[in-house]
This record gives sequence, C-alpha cells and structure tokens, in this order.
Amino acid sequence: MEHYTMNLTLKVWRQKNKKDKGSFETYTVSDISSEMSFLEMFDVLNERMVHEGKEPIAFDHDCREGICGMCSMYINGRPHGPWEGTTTCQLHMRAFKDGDTIVVEPWRANAFPVIKDLVVDRSAFDRIIQAGGYISVNTGNAVDANATPIEKNKADTSFAAAACIGCGACVAACKNSSALLFLSAKVSHLALLPQGGPERKTRVVDMIAQMDKEGFGSCTSTGACEAVCPKEIPITNIARLNAEYGHAGLTSDK
Amino acid sequence: MKWSELFTSSVGKKFVMGLTGVFLILFLIVHVGLNACIWAMDGGQMFNLAANFMGSTVVMRILEIGLFATIILHIVQAYVLELQNRRKRSIGYQVPMGNKGSKWYSRYMGWLGTLILFFLIVHIRNFWVPSRWLEMPEVTYPPGVTVHDLFGLMKDTFTNIWLVLLYLLGCVSLAFHLMHGFQSAFRSLGVYNNRYIHLINGIGIGFSIIVPLAFAMMPISMYLNWVQ
Repeated sequence: MEHYTMNLTLKVWRQKNKKDKGSFETYTVSDISSEMSFLEMFDVLNERMVHEGKEPIAFDHDCREGICGMCSMYINGRPHGPWEGTTTCQLHMRAFKDGDTIVVEPWRANAFPVIKDLVVDRSAFDRIIQAGGYISVNTGNAVDANATPIEKNKADTSFAAAACIGCGACVAACKNSSALLFLSAKVSHLALLPQGGPERKTRVVDMIAQMDKEGFGSCTSTGACEAVCPKEIPITNIARLNAEYGHAGLTSDK
Repeated sequence: MKWSELFTSSVGKKFVMGLTGVFLILFLIVHVGLNACIWAMDGGQMFNLAANFMGSTVVMRILEIGLFATIILHIVQAYVLELQNRRKRSIGYQVPMGNKGSKWYSRYMGWLGTLILFFLIVHIRNFWVPSRWLEMPEVTYPPGVTVHDLFGLMKDTFTNIWLVLLYLLGCVSLAFHLMHGFQSAFRSLGVYNNRYIHLINGIGIGFSIIVPLAFAMMPISMYLNWVQ
C-alpha cells in the first residue's frame, strides 16, 4: 500500500481524575503518516502538548505488539478501532484517510471506572482471576512435556481460549457490560485440560460470584464481544462456561 | 453452592430465561399445531373439538397453570435482568456500536418482548377469557358433543382490520424475538458443542420463520374469508 500523510481531527475524552465529570476535547493533528500506529499518532500529539506546556492525554499501553492487553481505546464506536482481530496498538493509521474525524473514548462500564482520560481501572479482572483462575501445582521436578495425554481438539480449543489477554474489549462492547467472554476464556482454558480438573467446580462458581460482585452484567448472546475481541475468542466459550456452571451447581457437594 | 445461587447469579438468571424460553417454544408448537385445524375446511369442527380437548382434562388445567407461571416468570425475570444490566454502564458512549458486531434484534429483545406482552394481553382477552370465564356461543357436533364455538369467535374477531394488524405486529415481534431467543436459550443452558450449535441455529431460523408465519396466516385467512 502506498504511503500517504493525513490531517485529522480528534475528539478525545479528557477527565482529570476518578471524580472529575470529564468532557470531550477537540484536537487537530497534521502530517500523520499512514505507516504510524494509532498510539504513535497519540505520541505525536502528546509530545506537541508537552512542548506547549499542556497536560498530555493519559492512555494505557505497554508492549505495543498486541500481547499485553493494556491498550484500551474505544475508537469511532468500536473497541480497539475499525480493524478486526487487532488491539489498539496494532491499529495503523492507514485505516483512516485525510480529513477524518476520530472519536476516542475510554472503555465504558461501571466496573471499569475511569482513572484519567482514556485510562480505566481494570483491577476487577485481577480479582476475578484471584477468585479461581488458577491451578494448584506442587513444586518439584518439572513433569515431562508429553507425560499427560491430551486430546488434540481439546488442547487446541484450550490454547485458543488461553490467547485472551484480558484487555476488557468484550466488556466495553457488551450492551450489558458483561465480562463473560473474558471469564469464559479463562474457565475454558483450564477446564479443558486435565491440570484444571481438581478445581474445576469451585473455579467457575467462585469466579462468577466475584464477577457479580464487581458489577458486570449478564450475557444476552448478542455476539458483540466476539466481534471486537482482538484475540478472536469465540462466544461458544460462554456456552461452555454456562455448562460448567450448571454442572457445578447441580453436582457440587456443598 | 446453594440451590438458590444456581438460579439467582448472573448466569443462573439466564438459566431461568433459557428454561422458560424452551418451555414457551414447546408451547408454541402445540398452539400452532392445534390452531392449524382451522384450515381443515370443515366449518371449524376439528378446531373446536381440538380446542375443547385442550381444556377438558385436569392434566391440561395443570399445564395451563404451569404455562401462565412460566410466562410470568419469563417476563418478570427479563425485566429484572434488563434493568440490572442497564445499570452497569452509567455513562454511555458518544458513538454507539450499533450493528457493528451484533444483530439489532439481539439487542432489542426487551422491546420485542414488550410488544409481544401487549399483544398477549389483547390476545388473552380476545380468546382465553371468553372461553374460560365468560358465556359464549356453543355448537353441537354428532354424536352430541357440545363445545364452545371458538371458530366463530375467531371469525368475528378478525373482521376488525385493526385487530388483524395488531396480530400481525405480534407475529413479526415474535419472529424476531425467536430469531435470537431460540438459539440464545440453548447457549444459556450450556450447549456449546459446535455440531449442536449449528443444528440449533438452523432449526432456530426455520422455527422463527415458519411458526410466526403460520400464526400470521390465521387472522389473514379469516379476514379474507379463505376459511369457511
């Protein structure tokens, strides 16, 4: 694709802190290269603002290669912007053309309160993982890699679910702010493997209880989460989580 | 895990929606099958006898109570969920997602359900209340069975074009409600096997077109005098 530069108008959510009401501010950026990433475009704007003595726009980012799950911008009505299967940092400016207006908002969900500008507090996800998203393994010698036979299809499905980076785009996209795609990816990842067996029942029950406590909604199966997931986690994981939950609810001892 | 949690957690509430939804789907099959008797072209005899049978035994009466309980549970749980879910995002987006990633009818299940509820109130008043609680004309068929003339009541009711249109609106709402609800109910109940999901999606689309279409043809064929 041919290289080009563009001038853009940005409408960005600015909010000083958790308690501030916040509002949209309009910025113009010029000579943006089509080869830049979306975050690099923000870097250019922020650098200019620092030079001008203004407060730069706060946004989350870390690895900038789509694996850490930190970046979290809701761009023109879609989490992580217009491309499919990519995070905000993997979105490139060639997705836009000269003269475009881009509206950038933070993830919106009461369980993800805005800390500043485009940064939201996603520690609710950490607490859900703490509630049951783990397996207990005794220390000692590492087990041989192929000692435990695992059905190929199960391993593949589990690995695909394990691709979840916990960015929260599913929550941002869901009309109910449900975290079930995230949760179902974590539950499926472990439930499909023999290593996840011992805590299988308590895991799903405890994680759902924590999710409800954190204030996420329930699932309506609209599929919006699956459509925006940068790791393309399939929504069938949610059905598997429902089955896991039902099974645990009907058969657990206590 | 307490029994109550199985039905009151966020996933549990969806179990309730799914279970009641599947029961209501089963009811629709019975309802549409029985009503199709109006097309027997026998002056409504088969239909009137079938409708009479549906109210004639204690088993049917118990099922009737179960049906009303299921409908009420489905409606109440749906509104509770809708209100709770809406409260999870106090500040909305400037640019909504719209149809990027989801079908409109999957996001408007509450509104579609509300339209169906309005229709149901009129529908129950039109047919169930007169047949169950009020005096209504009767007909006698050989060898001497006297039953309510529900066929006549249908013919009378559907001379009113506004009622016919209201019934059609009810059918369209039902079609879209089922288009999402049919497969969603099974997902909520934990059907995740891809082979079954494909099967259920296919059956769901077929069901949500054929059944509401058959229902819609009933007031239409009455209004246009296609059945005698």
